[in-house]
Amino acid sequence: MSAFPYFPHTAEDIRQMLERIGVSSLEDLYSDVPADFLYKGEYDLPDAKSEQEVRDWFEKLAALNPKLKVFVGAGSYDHYSPAVIPNLLSRSEFLTAYTPYQCEISQGTLRYIFEYQSMICNLTGMDVSNASMYDGPTAAAEAMRMAVACAKKKNTVLVSKGLLPNVLQVIGTYAKYYGTTLKEIALDGGQTSLESLKALLAEGDVAGAIVPLLNRYGIIEDHTGFADALHEAGAVLAEYCDPSALAVLKSPAEWGADIAVGDGQSLGIPMTYGGPSVGFMACRKDHMRKLPGRIVGQTVDGEGRRSFVLTLQAREQHIRREKATSNICSNESLMALYVTIYLSLMGPQGMKEVNEKSYAGAHYLYEQLLKTGKFEPVFDKPFLKEFVLKPLVDLDELQKKLYSAGFFAGLKTEEGYASFCVTEKRSKEEIDTLIHEILR
Amino acid sequence: MKYYDKLIFELSKPGRVAYTLPCNGCKGSLDELPAGLKRSAAPVLPEVSEPDVVRHYTNLSQMNFGVDTGFYPLGSCTMKYNPKINEEIAAMPAFQGLHPLQDESTVQGALEVYYETEKALAAITGMKRFTLNPCAGAHGELTGLMIIRNYHLLRGDTARTKVIVPDSAHGTNPASAAVCGLEIVEVKSGANGLVDVESLKPLLGPDIAGIMMTNPNTLGLFEKDIKEIAALVHACGGLLYYDGANMNPLLGTVRPGDMGFDVMHINLHKTFSTPHGGGGPGSGPVGVCEKLVDCLPVPRVEKLENGKFHIVRSADKAAGQVSAFMGNFGVILRAYAYILMLGKQNIKLAGKLATLNANYVKECLKDAYKLPIPSVCKHEFVFDGLIDDGSATGKAGATTLDVAKRLLDYGFHAPTIYFPLLFHQALMIEPTETESKETLDAFIDVMHEIAREAAADPDVLHSAPHSAPISRPDETAAARNPILKCE
Amino acid sequence: MSKIAEGLLYSESHEWVKVEGNIAVIGVSDFAQAEMGDITYVDLPDEGDEVEKGEDFGALESVKASSELYSPVSGKVVEVNSELEDAPELINEDAFANWIIKVEMSDESELESLMDAKAYAEIAK
Repeated sequence: MSAFPYFPHTAEDIRQMLERIGVSSLEDLYSDVPADFLYKGEYDLPDAKSEQEVRDWFEKLAALNPKLKVFVGAGSYDHYSPAVIPNLLSRSEFLTAYTPYQCEISQGTLRYIFEYQSMICNLTGMDVSNASMYDGPTAAAEAMRMAVACAKKKNTVLVSKGLLPNVLQVIGTYAKYYGTTLKEIALDGGQTSLESLKALLAEGDVAGAIVPLLNRYGIIEDHTGFADALHEAGAVLAEYCDPSALAVLKSPAEWGADIAVGDGQSLGIPMTYGGPSVGFMACRKDHMRKLPGRIVGQTVDGEGRRSFVLTLQAREQHIRREKATSNICSNESLMALYVTIYLSLMGPQGMKEVNEKSYAGAHYLYEQLLKTGKFEPVFDKPFLKEFVLKPLVDLDELQKKLYSAGFFAGLKTEEGYASFCVTEKRSKEEIDTLIHEILR
Repeated sequence: MKYYDKLIFELSKPGRVAYTLPCNGCKGSLDELPAGLKRSAAPVLPEVSEPDVVRHYTNLSQMNFGVDTGFYPLGSCTMKYNPKINEEIAAMPAFQGLHPLQDESTVQGALEVYYETEKALAAITGMKRFTLNPCAGAHGELTGLMIIRNYHLLRGDTARTKVIVPDSAHGTNPASAAVCGLEIVEVKSGANGLVDVESLKPLLGPDIAGIMMTNPNTLGLFEKDIKEIAALVHACGGLLYYDGANMNPLLGTVRPGDMGFDVMHINLHKTFSTPHGGGGPGSGPVGVCEKLVDCLPVPRVEKLENGKFHIVRSADKAAGQVSAFMGNFGVILRAYAYILMLGKQNIKLAGKLATLNANYVKECLKDAYKLPIPSVCKHEFVFDGLIDDGSATGKAGATTLDVAKRLLDYGFHAPTIYFPLLFHQALMIEPTETESKETLDAFIDVMHEIAREAAADPDVLHSAPHSAPISRPDETAAARNPILKCE
Repeated sequence: MSKIAEGLLYSESHEWVKVEGNIAVIGVSDFAQAEMGDITYVDLPDEGDEVEKGEDFGALESVKASSELYSPVSGKVVEVNSELEDAPELINEDAFANWIIKVEMSDESELESLMDAKAYAEIAK
């Protein structure tokens, strides 16, 4: 019947099956569809391709994307991805399974999610992590909704202007429709201002605040006093964080946060033009029942063997429907496995080295850029791997030049600054070449 | 499958490592950072070797069941085969190495994939344009509802705060509506399992933003009154949302746009063969009719007259931005690879074979399982438990849960159970088009065998599964005393 | 067959009320707990919360289900049974002995619309 490799039906199969059903043609199976809805035309699609032709097609397009050395972060980071990970992720028992509804034959998925939850808790210092969210910005938007749910009857959420632009955009979109009032906490010298936070709290109705641990300028923020101010006002503190940096930076728990969210992409996930990534979301135990998404818990089976199940499901859409803590169903499970394996490979020492090398590279680049005379400092605050400078030359022109030299560096921010990022993948030699190109 | 009881933390031994990093030649130490900004102690993470990691996760994988393991008739999840060429395409370094904020001149190949995928989805569904930014089906639902609300708001119509959702809808429908700030009005299904037009009429009015429909619905039945429903909803000023979770049987045969739907989402991980990944990443593109094109979220990809592709990052009437960048590009690559394989020729057969498979299984099993609604189904159908549950033996009868667990012993994944909520013993079966008659026959034989077992001695089912890595776990204990991380 | 305690008032949503002066002691019926199965969590309101007749004030959760609790009267929550936080199974053990909240009623005439044990027995089956 068909020469399509994924359809196993022979003409004889189809004939026998139709006969068993008691109809005479495949079209008869659509007798319940009004005739004018049956599409009679030809689909405006390419001709069916062979596997080789498909590969050729994509290779042709791939060639249109020049390979660049990436010196930009802004929410997507070019950290190294160890070879082990894609190898293990391609195991089809992981890849081709779905949500572990039948726990007896899904212990593999359930166990790695449990490990993932444990690692996220260990990095953030929180008590409970869910099984993942789509990405950092949507996790932040869920943190906004969760703050409102925790506070009851209060409907304003404060967001720092230091959050990445796309995080603010997505929170803003969710707030618009959910009906949450957002107020922006101003910055002071590039860091979220405690004074501004307190002034906004004094206006009342505040359910919580979302502030970045590493902000849009790459600054490591000091959140001394934030949690106290919020808690006094009966509001929660949500920290937006880079989980890679959490291996060395003061954790959300240490800052007194109630909720920690962020994007797991920095844990070695290839940038892949922005997705798939994985959002993470964790909280203190008191707020556990308000956490959105799936959660895996430990229990025992009938023989007393340690087993894992989806738990606290009464929070979820398939049970609670419109009263659920969120609409999320499919999450980013395979990418949660990605970061679980990444963190297992790196361990505490590897994570420290990743940060140390990124720090060293970023600070070297910072110094070298200033030496070119084409940039000047904007802020005088500690940074880890990302920073901004004020360009003294036409940044668009410079970028164009760098692209043709094989670099993506100095992303122009909304404020007109040039944003740079250095990960452990970038060598001193590459940095020197970049500087050479900038000076050329 | 065999039971394996380790967690990666339990393999840890201080001093072991599983990584190598290059010496980048730059000097600088974290010691330079103020102590007040650093954590007091390193996080607890495993300290293991690379072979430890590989063996551990390989062992974990062996306690899992995937589509590549065997038949996975999980209703409403469309567990079709995931072609391997898709994986190869998604792994190409020229796509994986792209930063999402690179200038558009440096990502023309990626943008062409976006553009062509969007165009193909529009052709397949009869919608005008799509956004590929939502990361999953429920995320698509939310995005679609945001578009609907934004459309009304832009017209200055602020009264449309309610959305109608059938009682048979996926749980994500009312949940997405709630996240979008809409009030939910439920419409009942009639005895035939379809939305009852007479029950719908009194719900319509100037406060209705729209209706969310799944067609075929979660019983696998085609909502044949859709034309009348569309006319009624449009007449009251509302819009029609199509939940594309059940689009598979219509693939290549019926286009939602032709049925009067204004907004829809489609699950690339269902209809377009991308792997489900143990629960994601998915992708839930949203399509709209012509009058809603301006409301699509940003960023968007446009094709310029010179043939180059351009990213629109903000637009006045846009519903907003719904995800970090432009959705799950890695999933979109896989889906487009599948669309290219299907082409205009094979697509015509895809939905029909899915429908053939579902009706065949239904007809072959209705002698042993209760079929509440006997009409022709689409991609899936719902039984309401066993005809003879064995309670005549004096023992407790076998339930749908018992049937599901017994199926695991026979090497099949279970169907979706206890959904939809319309039936107490719901068993929702979706075979998909990539399963052969031989596989279906084997499944049918086993389902008959299970029915015989239940009638003779339901306890055989109560204690199932017997051959999985674990037996039924104590879920009540898990929920009463949650242990949610390694201590 | 579930038990029905005499001398209490009942709502159609299976809550019971024991009147103590102007305080309504509220719980769920044995029928309701049996329908839920093993209760894993009781979502309780805070003391001081205002409740309204017919509005939900909390929920019972089991592994695969959730059921809202609807207040049979209006008023202010003056006490919640915090024992249920750690031991939700108490409701399974004895639904009548383990109350959930106490409400200071703002309108005692609302009690008139509730059922007595005999009338409730008709719907709890």
